Amino acid sequence: MKYVVSLLLGLVVGVALFVAGLFYNPFIADRGLSPLSVTNAEVITLNFANVPAESIAYTNDGESLHAPHPEKILQLWEAPIRSTSALATVMRDARNQVAGIGVKFSSDSESTRLLNGEVIVDSVWYVYLPDHGSLFIEQTENYFPFVREVAFPAWRSSASSWRGAWLGDLTVGPGALGTAAVTGGSGRFKGLRMNGVESMSVRAFSADIGLVSSRGRLIIEMP
Amino acid sequence: MPDLAGELIRGETVLLKTFFLGVVLGLAAAAAALYAIPVVDQTREASIVKVAPNGGNAETFHINVPMDRIVLSDAGRAGAIPPGLGWPSDEILADVRAELFKIRNARDAVVGVAVRTAATSQENNVIDWVLHLPARGSLFVTMEVAPLKGGFRIGQIASGSREFGPLSGFMTERWISNDSNEEDAPTGRIELLTTYVGRLEPLETEEAVK
Repeated sequence: MKYVVSLLLGLVVGVALFVAGLFYNPFIADRGLSPLSVTNAEVITLNFANVPAESIAYTNDGESLHAPHPEKILQLWEAPIRSTSALATVMRDARNQVAGIGVKFSSDSESTRLLNGEVIVDSVWYVYLPDHGSLFIEQTENYFPFVREVAFPAWRSSASSWRGAWLGDLTVGPGALGTAAVTGGSGRFKGLRMNGVESMSVRAFSADIGLVSSRGRLIIEMP
Repeated sequence: MPDLAGELIRGETVLLKTFFLGVVLGLAAAAAALYAIPVVDQTREASIVKVAPNGGNAETFHINVPMDRIVLSDAGRAGAIPPGLGWPSDEILADVRAELFKIRNARDAVVGVAVRTAATSQENNVIDWVLHLPARGSLFVTMEVAPLKGGFRIGQIASGSREFGPLSGFMTERWISNDSNEEDAPTGRIELLTTYVGRLEPLETEEAVK
């Protein structure tokens, strides 16, 4: 009997060591500097609220970490869209003036590989800026650095929360340099193919209710 | 005289070896489980795609109104959906109307979500659609603002992601009102007919010679 207990104890320790190794693996490094932060081309910077309660509307399957907003919004409970969320938010320019609206659809990706440090989300943005035109942004995002440095410490903390300053690029593709593919639809953007990067700046996160204080940013590089 | 101390040490050593065997097995099992079991497994509805008479493939989606409407911005007026929607009152967004929907395939199963944006301004009027099908990809369609004969609009597929990335084509939108008197029936539906055409790509030189 004592050998069975010893084996089971070893199994539990082994799994725990694996999980710890996954999150503290020094070989899974962050990508570092965004290629658009060193570009000489004209860039458009759009800031937005990504905390659901501060957005215009946010919905998901109703059972995920973030609660839908407003409360009576239709939820995405049907099986093919259960792993998808929709966010509608105000886009602000670099001077914090309202520049337009943005709608983001995000779906958990089957290409997620935790062993490789990849928590992948396939997402698209539709952005409409009345003074400029419309944009479609297609991107692959990797949330592993966020999970490792914010969500996991929050889950581990006795208060189930995290406070600090975390800033990271989420976009990892489909562009060769880890950038999003941006297509202009109307106005001055019409017919243009551009690159973009989405980043997130988090100040407070709760393991129970998700993002508490956070801002998102889209940087679009004009051709 | 039995060597009790020796037996005790031997027993502890076996116990320790069993523990370390468990640790190795735990590490291996966790790695194998992560490798073999998909973390995300999207539910797929079979695509209902038909061959279009003049080339390309056609696929129909529809939206039952009002039950599939997630958001309807109404620029500060009373008809916004859902109740309590905080649509910004800024002047710049006064002529922008955005609607979010669930979209259904020809079998009436929900397969994705979509946003339709209509905006009027002095310089250009815009009607754009983005259709997002989680297991397949997304489509971005820019519509002609003026409706055609028959009450439908047509638009170009300006871009697509994943499955729709290499495709071009067009999409039509049409409002079909429901004349049945059934209880709980939708007031009507928005029908979206997409026609996909693969982009022509030049052959490799050797293939072209052959």
